[in-house]
Amino acid sequence: MALIELRDVRRTFTVRARAGRFSRTKREVRAVDGLSFDVEAGECVGYIGPNGAGKSTTIKMLTGILVPSSGRLRVAGVDPARERVALARRIGVVFGQRTTLWWDLPLRDSFELARRIYRIPDHRYRENLDRCVELLDLGELLDTPVRQLSLGQRMRGDLAAALLHDPRVLYLDEPTIGLDVVSKGKVREFLREVNRDRGTTVLLTTHDLTDIEQLCDRVMVIDHGRVVYDGGLDGLHATGRSERTLVVDLAEARPPIEVAGARVVKVEGPRQWLAFPSRQSAAPIVSAVAERYPLVDLSVREPAIEDVIARMYAEVAIG
Amino acid sequence: MLNAAPAETRPPDPRADLTASLGLYASVARGAFRRYSTYRAATLAGTVTNTVFGCILAYTFVALWRARPDLGGYDLDQAVTFIWVCQALMPTTAIFGGGFENDVQTRFRSGDIAVDLYRPVDFQGWWLASDLGRAGYHLLVRGGAPLLAGSLLFHFRLPERPLTWLVFLLSVLLAEVVSFGLRFLVALTGFWLHDSDGVRSVTLVVAMFLSGMLLPLTLFPGWLGELARVLPWAALAQVPADLFLEHATGPAVLGPLGLQLGWAAALIGAGRGVQALATRKVVVQGG
Repeated sequence: MALIELRDVRRTFTVRARAGRFSRTKREVRAVDGLSFDVEAGECVGYIGPNGAGKSTTIKMLTGILVPSSGRLRVAGVDPARERVALARRIGVVFGQRTTLWWDLPLRDSFELARRIYRIPDHRYRENLDRCVELLDLGELLDTPVRQLSLGQRMRGDLAAALLHDPRVLYLDEPTIGLDVVSKGKVREFLREVNRDRGTTVLLTTHDLTDIEQLCDRVMVIDHGRVVYDGGLDGLHATGRSERTLVVDLAEARPPIEVAGARVVKVEGPRQWLAFPSRQSAAPIVSAVAERYPLVDLSVREPAIEDVIARMYAEVAIG
Repeated sequence: MLNAAPAETRPPDPRADLTASLGLYASVARGAFRRYSTYRAATLAGTVTNTVFGCILAYTFVALWRARPDLGGYDLDQAVTFIWVCQALMPTTAIFGGGFENDVQTRFRSGDIAVDLYRPVDFQGWWLASDLGRAGYHLLVRGGAPLLAGSLLFHFRLPERPLTWLVFLLSVLLAEVVSFGLRFLVALTGFWLHDSDGVRSVTLVVAMFLSGMLLPLTLFPGWLGELARVLPWAALAQVPADLFLEHATGPAVLGPLGLQLGWAAALIGAGRGVQALATRKVVVQGG
């Protein structure tokens, strides 16, 4: 059985809006609209989608603090909403924008508290704490009050606090939000270690696609409460109808040039940008340009995963 | 170390379970105690305020009792002592706010309240432990100063029997639990109202008035006095202050203590019920 299992899960909210002075209209909003997927133990899954796609609603249902309107949901063998407290001992949750740490007290006190909350046996606590301190470079921060930590340091503290009790599943909601490049790198390196070496299943929501590229073998894109893509990162390029870009430098500034199989997306003086489908070869387009226009220099740019996802969001919104 | 020995495989052992829970709550209370102790300037400011406020009230009472001796069954020294005991109780039992409910309100606003539900810990137990830790700190630091100031500046009536101190401390503990029970119910309205500030303001004024802090409840006329003396707010200041003044001694202390204990149990029970409804509301309807 999969560690996380969703079958046709739906969740609707009733939104009341003022219609007149005394009347109010009720409107049903489907935040999650028929989600079905499995996550096997040990996977690291990126769970992405535009704002309001239903990501947080899904995470809330997976942690048991929100009950689905219909459908079947199992995490580590239990129904989350029904056995919230039992499940809480088996999962770890980290929010980039929230903290579970004790604001006014040294970091060490929050870890001690986690030891008591999750009733972690002494030897495991010491082992896990040592490991987290080493990997997350927390040694010098243990006796610093949390309110004096930088965002990156606090985030590392939160990660450690969520993992001391050896959770089977780790939910991460934008764990790198607001962090600088170095801190992001540290967090990612640690998560990779947690997933690969300890076998902790990771479900990661983020708007930073580098997180996904560096950590996840599998990506789920959701929008309007449905899965619109589920598979490897490379598959996204094919599905998202991604485009490569040919940048040409001409001898002089010209109006947008005309080439079969490509379209000009940007002009800046003598430089023009031509977009064409990723699967197509650049060679015929290059020769077509060279034949008809005074070509000085050129380069081909591969599509960025951001652009692919952005196009996918846009298409879902239209379709 | 592939997730070896997950917590769920532990055999259930009620005694070990209880010990672990008590250990957790004790550590929450200790943390809260230490947390308040990190704000020294706030502590100092609060203590000065209490002392100044106590002086104003004490001089008012001196004038009042000179005009009407033995008002409400207190002589002048007792009336002044009553004021100072109440000033010590005010921060301790957070009659006028400043307890755990501020944290809960902040957590409602920021949405961190969701984090509390992810933990395998009882919400009410957690905050009770936290508020007891705070009360312990406030009793030691902010409670002591007004008593000291009062005893230096005025004719102060200290208990004649040593045992009274013990009874008084027990009564303060119960006062704090009753106070927590009331504030917990108010804080939970946040689950429905998203902001319990309005309800809090109203209940603070009610608490000031009906706890006897501003004017002893024995001065309240007729049925209002009789009613006020058995309401839960009486347990916050009037009851412990009267025990300090030895209005009841020996086995007679069981009456007032029983009133406090009854309200403490009833309010904690009510809090549990409302908490179950609140959790259900969040889980079923969304936060």
